[in-house]
Amino acid sequence: MQAVNNNPVPLLETRGLQKYFKVPKGMLHAVDGVNLSIPHQRTLGVVGESGCGKSTLGRTILRLLEATGGEVLFEGENILTYDKKQMHRMRREMQIIFQDPYSSINPRMSVVEIIAEYMIVHKIYPTQQQAFQRAAELMDFVGLARRYANAYPHELDGGRRQRIGIARALSLNPKFIVCDEPVSALDVSIQAQILNLLMDIQDEMGLTYMFITHDLSVVKHISDEILVMYLGQCVEHCGSDELFENPLHPYTKALLSAIPEPDITMRGKEIRAIRGEVTSPINPPPGCRFASRCEHACERCHRETPPLCEVGPRHFVACHLVKGEPVHV
Amino acid sequence: MNEALLEVKDLTVKYVTDLETVHAVNRISFSLGRGQTIGLVGETGAGKTTTALSIMRLLPERTGKVTGGEIRFAGQDLLAMPEHEMQAIRGEKIAMIFQDPMTSLNPVMTVGDQIAEALDLHNDQGRSREQIQERVDEVLSMVGIPPQRKSEYPHQFSGGMKQRVVIAIALACEPELLIADEPTTALDVTIQAQVISMIRELRDRLQTAMIMITHDLGIVAQTCDNVAVMYAGALIEIGSAEDIFLGGDHHPYTVGLFGSIPNLRSKAKRLTPIPGLMPDPTHLPEGCSFSPRCPHATEQCRTAPPAVYTRGSHRICCHLFADREGWKEDA
Repeated sequence: MQAVNNNPVPLLETRGLQKYFKVPKGMLHAVDGVNLSIPHQRTLGVVGESGCGKSTLGRTILRLLEATGGEVLFEGENILTYDKKQMHRMRREMQIIFQDPYSSINPRMSVVEIIAEYMIVHKIYPTQQQAFQRAAELMDFVGLARRYANAYPHELDGGRRQRIGIARALSLNPKFIVCDEPVSALDVSIQAQILNLLMDIQDEMGLTYMFITHDLSVVKHISDEILVMYLGQCVEHCGSDELFENPLHPYTKALLSAIPEPDITMRGKEIRAIRGEVTSPINPPPGCRFASRCEHACERCHRETPPLCEVGPRHFVACHLVKGEPVHV
Repeated sequence: MNEALLEVKDLTVKYVTDLETVHAVNRISFSLGRGQTIGLVGETGAGKTTTALSIMRLLPERTGKVTGGEIRFAGQDLLAMPEHEMQAIRGEKIAMIFQDPMTSLNPVMTVGDQIAEALDLHNDQGRSREQIQERVDEVLSMVGIPPQRKSEYPHQFSGGMKQRVVIAIALACEPELLIADEPTTALDVTIQAQVISMIRELRDRLQTAMIMITHDLGIVAQTCDNVAVMYAGALIEIGSAEDIFLGGDHHPYTVGLFGSIPNLRSKAKRLTPIPGLMPDPTHLPEGCSFSPRCPHATEQCRTAPPAVYTRGSHRICCHLFADREGWKEDA
């Protein structure tokens, strides 16, 4: 690992970030007041089930979706106030790798054109030739043989396509990359290759990642800190090892016990399957959003939204049953 | 193992088109006793689903061809059976749960009607309409759906609930063999845990034999008695769950597969993936199909297909076991 940058200002911070969508039945609270900070060259894992708002969070941070409220601070500056021109420049610093390598790259462009496209748009090099040259170097860097330079995406398998997506994200030398389920569509042996690649380039280029996934074993492997989301809100946020050794929120506990482990000695293990399914994020009532599925829920949980509290050093939990100091933003 | 319910012997399946021939399944053999569960593990394109479709005789008619081997179910040869006899077995004796509950249900039929359809088609007991409806209520509550919801349509159910409906249809006729093709891949972990524990419970209660097709070794560890690992259409290792998860001897691909999963307990910082990719099934390499990716491959591996070596219930198809102690070549 590279020497950790001791810059006291985190690379990325959000304060009370909100993203609501207007739907016929009311307001859908996709991201509802999320506070997070990612130090330089670290990885924050964001986990949660489908529909919990984790992808929306990533896209709102990158301003691919406009936030409804709150702030996104990139190296201390609120990028939500940037105009179009400033934002265009900002985009060089922050990139995204999408989940589906099949639909996130243009099928009518060749591999080298896809990788060079951003550099041409941002006029990084005086000539297109140089951009193509750099694209070829990036192909080496992500482990794509140069013979594929003129191939089209449909000729490649999922793992190689995901490498194109990674090379494209790296082409502008960003500082921050949102990885939105980058390995979910891949087979395990290919998934391991891509995870190793992502960790290697992080060390080499000093990148900061926000790693969005529903797979807890992947997130543990790659993250320094983990944020657990439930229905648009952060329910627990702490160091990666701490989360697995000492989960405090009932939802985190349920999530961890639900993972089937490749170990037959664990077969007798009682699965604390939580009842029911995710409730609707449309006009959610006050109170804890997990209360209807929580076995410990009391009357207070249905009435009052639990604040995010610091219960240990850099361990934050939003639950009435866990005592700690509320965090004020 | 008690009397085998299902016996697959040297099954070979090809997909033939004008352009190319895909060698999807190559001479695989396994057997399954009543009430037992076998896990079929492997990556995309390993031939897991093709094996399942061959057993159900649901291979695409024009392209999919069983070119060798036999499938015996309760003593009968399924491949030699005329279609109308197969129809009596499919859905009644052998049922299948498909991967994607969103597309395997009929969107314009109520879920109750879809369950009743299966019961109606296989109505050997001569159930009356009322009795069929009673049975629909019964299976719905068995999978944890209130019977009052039977007049609703699939879009009114969430993903996990839809998969329960699919399972209810499969179990309605109390099949002797249930084939579950990646039943929880499309579901979230907490819902997956609910569905897996339900399948496990129902299997134990109804004494159904099961083929669990998955790429998730965790699910295999939690549900299966026996495990078969497939690679490029071949069965490269098969054994009891203990052999696979606790034993020390494995096919190099199985070792690679385990090395690729991030472990929740260990703190290893790097994974040890298998280099390279699965071979193109239209042009399988000579010799062992895993040899191009295998760290132990020798000249022999690249030229001669490996024999099967056995030790007790454990079978491995790899040249490395030719002179390993305790392993015998299978006749």
